[in-house]
Amino acid sequence: MTVTTTRRGFLASAAATTGLLAIGISPKGAFAKAGTGALNPFVTIASDGTVTAIVKHFEKGQGTATGLSTLIAEELNMSLDAIKFEFAPSDPAVYNNFLFGPYQGTGGSTAMANSYAQYRGAGAAAREMLLQAAANRWGVSASDLSMQDGMISGAGQEAGIGEFVAEAAALNVPAEPRLKDPSEFRIIGNADVHRKDQDAKINGTAQYAMDLHLEGQMVVVIKRSPRMGGVVASFDDSAAKEINGFIQALALPNGAGVAVYADKTWAAFQARDAVEVTWDFAAAETRSSDDIRRELLAALDDNAEFDASSETDLSDTLSAIEGAAQVVEETFYFPLLAHAPMEPLGATIEPLADGGVIIHDGAQFPTSNHNALSQILELPMEKVQVNTMLAGGSFGRRATPTADYQVEVALAFAMTDRTRPVKLVWSREDDITGGYYRPAFAHKVRVGLDDAGKIVGWDHRIAGQSIFKGTFFESVIVHEGIDHSSVEGAADTPYAIPGMHFGLTDNKPATTLLWWRSVGHTHTAYVMESMMDIAAKAVGRDAVAFRLDYLADGTPDQERKAAVLRLAAEKAGWGQAAPGRSQGVAVHKSFGSYVAEVAEISRDADGYVKIEKITAAVDCGLPVNPDVIKAQIEGGIGYGIGAVMRNEITLSEGATDQINFPDYEPLRIHDIAEIETHIVPSTVDPTGIGEPGTPPAGPALANAIAVDGPRVTSLPMTNEGIDFV
Amino acid sequence: MTIELKLNGKTHTVDAEPGTPLLWVIRDDLKLTGTKFGCGVAACGACTVHVDGAPVRSCQTYIEDLEGSEVTTIEGVNSDAAKAVQTAWAELDVVQCGYCQSGQIMSAVGLLTENAKPTVADIDEYMNGNACRCAAYQRIRAAILRASDLMEA
Repeated sequence: MTVTTTRRGFLASAAATTGLLAIGISPKGAFAKAGTGALNPFVTIASDGTVTAIVKHFEKGQGTATGLSTLIAEELNMSLDAIKFEFAPSDPAVYNNFLFGPYQGTGGSTAMANSYAQYRGAGAAAREMLLQAAANRWGVSASDLSMQDGMISGAGQEAGIGEFVAEAAALNVPAEPRLKDPSEFRIIGNADVHRKDQDAKINGTAQYAMDLHLEGQMVVVIKRSPRMGGVVASFDDSAAKEINGFIQALALPNGAGVAVYADKTWAAFQARDAVEVTWDFAAAETRSSDDIRRELLAALDDNAEFDASSETDLSDTLSAIEGAAQVVEETFYFPLLAHAPMEPLGATIEPLADGGVIIHDGAQFPTSNHNALSQILELPMEKVQVNTMLAGGSFGRRATPTADYQVEVALAFAMTDRTRPVKLVWSREDDITGGYYRPAFAHKVRVGLDDAGKIVGWDHRIAGQSIFKGTFFESVIVHEGIDHSSVEGAADTPYAIPGMHFGLTDNKPATTLLWWRSVGHTHTAYVMESMMDIAAKAVGRDAVAFRLDYLADGTPDQERKAAVLRLAAEKAGWGQAAPGRSQGVAVHKSFGSYVAEVAEISRDADGYVKIEKITAAVDCGLPVNPDVIKAQIEGGIGYGIGAVMRNEITLSEGATDQINFPDYEPLRIHDIAEIETHIVPSTVDPTGIGEPGTPPAGPALANAIAVDGPRVTSLPMTNEGIDFV
Repeated sequence: MTIELKLNGKTHTVDAEPGTPLLWVIRDDLKLTGTKFGCGVAACGACTVHVDGAPVRSCQTYIEDLEGSEVTTIEGVNSDAAKAVQTAWAELDVVQCGYCQSGQIMSAVGLLTENAKPTVADIDEYMNGNACRCAAYQRIRAAILRASDLMEA
């Protein structure tokens, strides 16, 4: 085996026995960590010419496997269909998300932004090395050769790339591999390429964590405390012993529940129903969601706990509003929300002959899994492997800083003799009632407008529950007490609005909380874009023109936001809605991307609202996979609209009231008649796309409803008298 | 109890308690995992299979009621309608996470088998019980219309 590196950190290795060219990156300490001599690469090329992209971000449907493969295929001049992909093992030294720090994980719509340069660079380095190896063998200059569709040709010669793998691997890695010029792109930006993961998902062969059946496995389900902080006092499993296939029931060592083991899933569910648990609720949460709502709304009237505006004094904002010709004011409330990905949570721990384990998981945060298993099972890190499988959705739920369900399966496995695989399965009831919700938030905004209809002051108070405090991301996200995710999308708005001030008050969580597709933007975009609409209406201005007034400074940030707004308005026929239809608009920046959406609704004879069309415009930088981008905007809109229409999690004395889809009703096919997405061409490096479609969807709908109906400021809309067809 | 279960053209001898949902026999006994567990209460459609050619929710179909019936799962579906649906799904890149898609496809095949030229309203009504949390709905709708055209061609 030879390994070479460069000052830029690209690394190549070849194992003579396997004939593999592997290009990865060399962070500090990679050699020391690669004790087996193996290098964890971004791309491998085998001696039979097989090219494999090693995808470091998991695939939950957002298109990462396709996207990262696209970067490799492009630089190798191959068709996307001709290369394979595999998910990367856990190795934060190589596969860290550099937007997260020394940590391997997917989230914050960072997969493409974080991988774009790395994967293109790795592909380009491989191309140059293979060409050089061919040039050396044929005694010609590499510049006389070209590589296309797995063949190297030129100077009267032609051969497959696999033939040069061993020789290429012995070469120095180019210090600055030449990336293709965007004018040469054939796959990046190509709207006609197809997803790489779709065939298996169409014929039923795709394997998710829920689908794993290992020889001898036990299924474990957990009977959890219905209230946060409740612990097992005692339990009685005598009735469970009557269930065929039941193995055992054991209290988790952390007291959080009783693990019920069975041979198969159905037996495990039945046995769990039969186990009677007596809970100790002495330290359990007792508040209801009504209590939380009262506390949050009351906090808006007090002085904010944290001042989230460094450049504006609250007193200046208040005096500007005091002197305004007109003041508009609204108070908003956002409930707890569950993520409810289609695949209920779960993972399997498989024991290995050497005493180590593999966790098979739709792993969004491999580093959290790896650390949690190493600690709980008292195994050195190198004895723990993470096998990342396809995930049946996530929307943030499979990524918890506490590795919640991976800890559960590790504790359940640790209580066995560790000879049989243990597969943890969550039911939908476990999912809906199981916490890790989008936190509840309240906002109160007062906007002062002068005689000319211009905003002169904006007093914005936010009260909510911090997602990041107490997690290992706290030092990155929380500054001077302010959890940035509580104010993102508001305090950092691109709108140039004078006299803007933001205050934040934290409320003690009554349940476990988590980021939910687009995190803080789920509520801040709704408030910002509702208030812009309310203000425009108050001064008799067009909603699009009014917004553009505050995006006129000529900064790239404002220009990009204005451009998507103009494009969505143009494509939607803004201002030209057919009789009986109403339009609403919203535009928002999140995760580095800009999305504007125009919602068009109608009402039937009974006043039921029908969402006729959402027209979206997106600028997410250079569009790598245009069709994936459209799919993410479509899905992001649906995810946001469904929640805004009719979803909420409520608590009674700390326990979740909703239990399954019938009372946490997902968006259905008839709910949105049409979505049309337009992509702004761009050469700027790619930014996020998994989340940015979600934030403007709710306020665009609310603004359309408000044209001839009520202004909905408390969600979900169905609680406020809005009925949908 | 032991029952003879006809599934995807083969007869399987299955030992399961009465009241066991067909879903778990398919997944845990026959280890055909294309049929998905989503809610367990027939509210999401991820577990949709065909019994005697018609879509049912396998999480609410009990093993003792299937004596003499023919069950088809995503792994075995191969009618003209199925081929058209799967072709259209691929053409339009319908899938995202994909977890609901076996159920979506089994329902779509059921629709096109009953009604080869569905309207958008027909599709929205028929497919209403199949949830997709990725909200790939408009592509599902478009792919069913496309499959209908493919079947006609």
